[in-house]
Amino acid sequence: MIFHSLGKYILLLKAVFRRPEKWNIYRREIFKEMDSIGVGSLGIIAIISVFLGAVTTVQTAFQLVSDLIPKSVIGSIVRDSSILELSPTISAIVLAGKVGSSVASQIGTMRVTEQIDALEIMGINSPGYLILPKIIGAVTTIPLLVIISIGLSIAGGYLAGTASGATTSQDFITGLTTDFIPFTFTVSMVKAVIFAFIITSVSAYQGFYTDGGALEVGQSSTRAVVISCIMILFADYVIAQLLL
Amino acid sequence: MIKIHDINKTFGENHVLKGISAEFRDGVCNLIIGGSGSGKTTLLKCMVGLHEPEIGSVVYDGRDFTRMKFEERIDIRKEIGMLFQGSALFDSMTVEENIMFPLNMFTEQHRKEKLERVNFCLERVNLEGKNKLLPAELSGGMKKRVGIARSIAMNPKYLFVDEPNSGLDPKTSIVIDELIQEITEEYNTTTIVVTHDMNSVMGIGENIIFLHQGEKWWEGSNKEIAHTDNKELNDFVFASKFMAAAKIKL
Ligand SMILES: Nc1ncnc2c1ncn2[C@@H]1O[C@H](COP(=O)(O)OP(=O)(O)OP(=O)(O)O)[C@@H](O)[C@H]1O
Ligand SMILES: [Mg+2]
Repeated sequence: MIFHSLGKYILLLKAVFRRPEKWNIYRREIFKEMDSIGVGSLGIIAIISVFLGAVTTVQTAFQLVSDLIPKSVIGSIVRDSSILELSPTISAIVLAGKVGSSVASQIGTMRVTEQIDALEIMGINSPGYLILPKIIGAVTTIPLLVIISIGLSIAGGYLAGTASGATTSQDFITGLTTDFIPFTFTVSMVKAVIFAFIITSVSAYQGFYTDGGALEVGQSSTRAVVISCIMILFADYVIAQLLL
Repeated sequence: MIKIHDINKTFGENHVLKGISAEFRDGVCNLIIGGSGSGKTTLLKCMVGLHEPEIGSVVYDGRDFTRMKFEERIDIRKEIGMLFQGSALFDSMTVEENIMFPLNMFTEQHRKEKLERVNFCLERVNLEGKNKLLPAELSGGMKKRVGIARSIAMNPKYLFVDEPNSGLDPKTSIVIDELIQEITEEYNTTTIVVTHDMNSVMGIGENIIFLHQGEKWWEGSNKEIAHTDNKELNDFVFASKFMAAAKIKL
């Protein structure tokens, strides 16, 4: 069963990456998707990021009971956990809910109302036309969202740390700037790109093979979110294992 | 001309099409009639490759569609126009964008030229000026007509229409039938119309195929249909009192 689905998923991806009929139409679609996926998700990513950083600071401070460890460590921990884990992974999980469900229900609705059949009849490669712009839109904008998320998360940590007196501004900034390993940022971007691909391709797959009516569209969209989340965490583990 | 041979299609246990063979001629309206669930839509979808028949072949002017690879099929599909039973308009696009879509995708025309074509198609289905409406703002019958306009936008060589008249008032219904007839004669199109509207059958049915429980039960023209002694066909044709009354005149 899993192998059957995996095979279908790979065949769908093969169709997605067929040469587009007309680039300028695809380009327009890509910009549309970049706007809806990227710009459309800015607000929610900004809000969760600030809180992620704030919570990390407060909880790290709580766990730092020993006087032997300098308070500046808080800054380093917030920085590294935001870059490596919190910003890419939590953002991806949130985006799986927001973007994944909308991709699956949009494509699923087109399936059950025969709009995909109509594309096929015209001689259009429907997986390419419908899915490729979404994948490109996500893969280009989600890493940017993750960068913004990292910045805001650290800012949130700084604000929460200084406001609660858990750390001083001086300590926090010292922590931020010492022992930074640039490679962590690379890992973060690799994660962002792969998560973006997972969210859009898995959700598009669920939508594309919806069978039935409005009820099934809802089920596809739920399944898209659940499977995307699982795949994201699985990939997260694999990337960490391979790259770190 | 489209020839189909021994088309068989099953959905699970449900044997929907049982060995259908037929010929659909150029320049005349070929009708597929039959009761609800008799397999009309399925036959249409098998012919255009939206369903793959388990057995059988579909040949477009000597080109065997069933044996073709995806890329080869594209060339034939560009010559096909199709109206779906549920219209299948792209609901994120306006009426104008819907009709213009195939033109954008496959022609290098200028916007002005394409717009002229769109307006021409809209005029033919009596919907001039409705360019900017979204499908959600249209009535069922209007959707059907936009679907027809979209299917003829590319001047198709093969035109498939699934129940063009359902949901239309009798007057518009006749307009649509005449339109289909006109296009077919004007461009020598191979037109296949699925219908269970007896008005259309009598009006444009030059070559009629009657499906009954997935089998080709009868074949002939509208001149012959009233005089057949085929029981199932008679039940179908004369189900309405109106037709039964008209039979006396025929
Ligand atoms: N995608 C599908 N999956 C499973 N069964 C199907 C599918 N499409 C059609 N069927 C079955 O095939 C049979 C014929 O359906 P079809 O849609 O071809 O009928 P029809 O002649 O077009 O009827 P109507 O006039 O009501 O549109 C029905 O029994 C239907 O249940
Ligand atoms: Mg039907």
